[in-house]
Amino acid sequence: MKIKICLAAFIVFFILSLPLHAQSKLNVVTTTEDLAAIAREVGGDHITVESIAKGYQDPHFVEAKPSFILRLQKADILVLVGRDLEIGWLPPLIQQSRNSKIQVGADGYLDASLQARILEVPQGQITRAEGDVHPLGNPHYWLDPENGKIIAREIFDKLVRFRGNDRAYFEPRLNDFVNRVNDAEKRWVAMMAPYKGTKVVTYHRSFPNFAERFGLDIVGYVEPKPGIPPTPQHTLDLINDMKRRNVKLVLVEPYFDLKTPTSIGRATGAEVMVMPPSVGGVKEVTDYFKLFDYDLNLLINAIKKTGAGAN
Amino acid sequence: MKSDIVAFLLVFLLPLSSAGFGQVPTAADIEALKAQIDNFKSDYDKRLQALETQLQLLQSQLPGAPNQQTAGAATTAVPATPQQTAPVPPGAEGAGGPGGQLPIYGGATAGSKIFNPDIAVIGDFLGAAGSNKVNPNPALEMHESEAAFQAIVDPYARADFFFSFGEQGVNLEEGYLTFPAIPGGLLVRAGKMRAAFGKVNTLHNHVLPWTDRPLVTTNLVGGEDGINDAGFSVARLIPNPWIFLEATGQVFRGDSNDLFKSSKRGDLSYVGHLRGYQDITENTNIDLGISYSRGHNASGIVDDMDVGRFRTTLYGADATIRWRPLKRSIYHSFVGRSEFIWSRRQQPAGVQSALGYYMSGDYQFARRWFAGLRYDRSKHADNASLVDKGQSAVLTYWPSEFSQVRGQYRRTQYAIGPTANEFLMQFQFSIGAHGAHPF
Repeated sequence: MKIKICLAAFIVFFILSLPLHAQSKLNVVTTTEDLAAIAREVGGDHITVESIAKGYQDPHFVEAKPSFILRLQKADILVLVGRDLEIGWLPPLIQQSRNSKIQVGADGYLDASLQARILEVPQGQITRAEGDVHPLGNPHYWLDPENGKIIAREIFDKLVRFRGNDRAYFEPRLNDFVNRVNDAEKRWVAMMAPYKGTKVVTYHRSFPNFAERFGLDIVGYVEPKPGIPPTPQHTLDLINDMKRRNVKLVLVEPYFDLKTPTSIGRATGAEVMVMPPSVGGVKEVTDYFKLFDYDLNLLINAIKKTGAGAN
Repeated sequence: MKSDIVAFLLVFLLPLSSAGFGQVPTAADIEALKAQIDNFKSDYDKRLQALETQLQLLQSQLPGAPNQQTAGAATTAVPATPQQTAPVPPGAEGAGGPGGQLPIYGGATAGSKIFNPDIAVIGDFLGAAGSNKVNPNPALEMHESEAAFQAIVDPYARADFFFSFGEQGVNLEEGYLTFPAIPGGLLVRAGKMRAAFGKVNTLHNHVLPWTDRPLVTTNLVGGEDGINDAGFSVARLIPNPWIFLEATGQVFRGDSNDLFKSSKRGDLSYVGHLRGYQDITENTNIDLGISYSRGHNASGIVDDMDVGRFRTTLYGADATIRWRPLKRSIYHSFVGRSEFIWSRRQQPAGVQSALGYYMSGDYQFARRWFAGLRYDRSKHADNASLVDKGQSAVLTYWPSEFSQVRGQYRRTQYAIGPTANEFLMQFQFSIGAHGAHPF
């Protein structure tokens, strides 16, 4: 008798759970809006995507708020930038998520950096005397469209792993995204070609991949060392160096204070630009393509204005 | 005891020695041995030949093999950049281990390094000036050196160890196993841990916004180490459409400094905590909690016998409001916090009901600068007619994320002594693995 009741209950549960599973969208949580934007391109309306960090906040210093735990609890896939970018806040969130799918190394855990081209991987001995160095390389790798394609491919692989039946939906979307990136990249590189080798200063080391792809020459940083706020002596040295090498552009991420960059700009005649390194960094940048459109337009206008590209 | 060991040795060693020296070998034995050795030799020759042919076969397939591997990882649409390095073991990245490009050293040693836990040491150096007749700190003191070892154990658990080294002696501050993904949405911990009673009790010294702990902790919740005991913890999120709600239940052995004392196995202590959290805006959030704890106290112990069987019950309420503008999150923030704790302590002379609380506010006014105030008031757990009061002003400077310098002016009106006026100075510094930022 008891067995029969159990069996009946089991069958009822099974039937109830079936349509839910079939209909429910795959729930993807990403750490940054860039990854969310790429996931959206591949997953379309067959997935829901949410980013933990906002594009206009410093991704190194996100707070591990309990409301993020609730998001991770329901996630099927967690996509992270990796390379220790989220080391200060993601591990406690994952641990408290009570979600076995997204624990480190589980099926739903995707470190998007493993196939990407990573720059500034420190060689030899490194210490924190160099500031908050990333021992695994610079984590701002999404700012190269080539890496964008690699990230998309990795997300595609994960989506297919969870929703094998939807491959026919995801695959054309991936190919379409890759094709559009290829076309746009040609256009972007061509746009920047006349200004190849333009010297710039950036606040933090957020743009090495961007500079490599589009031919910028980063000659200095407002931060004396990664994660160390500007000091008067360093600022003075930087100003002298910029004057000597005729650097006319200072790129500042939206989450940094503009006081020091502005005074550098005044002293050197350089143009100070708030340049978002992420989707959502400014209101206009709502997807991965607009990120490059916006940044490159900003850059080219400033180069034209200051004549920085002439060198 | 000694005779036992001798007997043990005799029993185990005798058979061994008899095999070695018991017999004199004969010519027939030697012949048999020779034959055996020849057999072995021909056998090994055959095996070696087989291995050599296998090796040749493998070598012929080897060139280009690593490239095939990476190419296989990224097919069709996306051309992946080839990596000329060893692959990362899954899980090593997020655990703080290396990711991406691993240098290739000699096999075994490199492999063992990868799985080493994340190690960090946090130093806490304290200086004190001014007068305090009741509870004086030393003028200069290496108050604590905390060594942390943390790693993922296996696909089911992670382990965290925190050893707190004083100038003399070591204390296991915490050491526990966490099962983060148990069915039913439970977060289970086993080991020695700081109990989930309120806020300050859960925090290690180095993440406090002060150089000391509030008076209410000292008077009612067992001092610096607080409720910190060996036991189990189970925490569950309570699903609801409105807020983050987490319930925690903990069972401990029943020994926590001078707060709880267990004289029998059954003298366990219990902690319950309910936490509610809600984002008000993306910059502001509120965090509320209520706590309960109960265990046996030491007031009934006479000549190591607990004749009184007296208990202490604690009730707590905590509230935290945080503000941090996302766009300028590294420059400005505010944390306002308060905890009220009510202690009911059974004693030979009757029950003492003591209330204590603190209120504090900390404002970050520049990337490296924090200023804070704290007001303390607490009765004594064993004598509720005694009330201590305190006021503090704190200024903190962060040279980097890994070190901080702090000054605190503290004025304490003690019930049983003269008012203390002190200046406390603290250097804190962290080396090793990058820990999580406190929230």
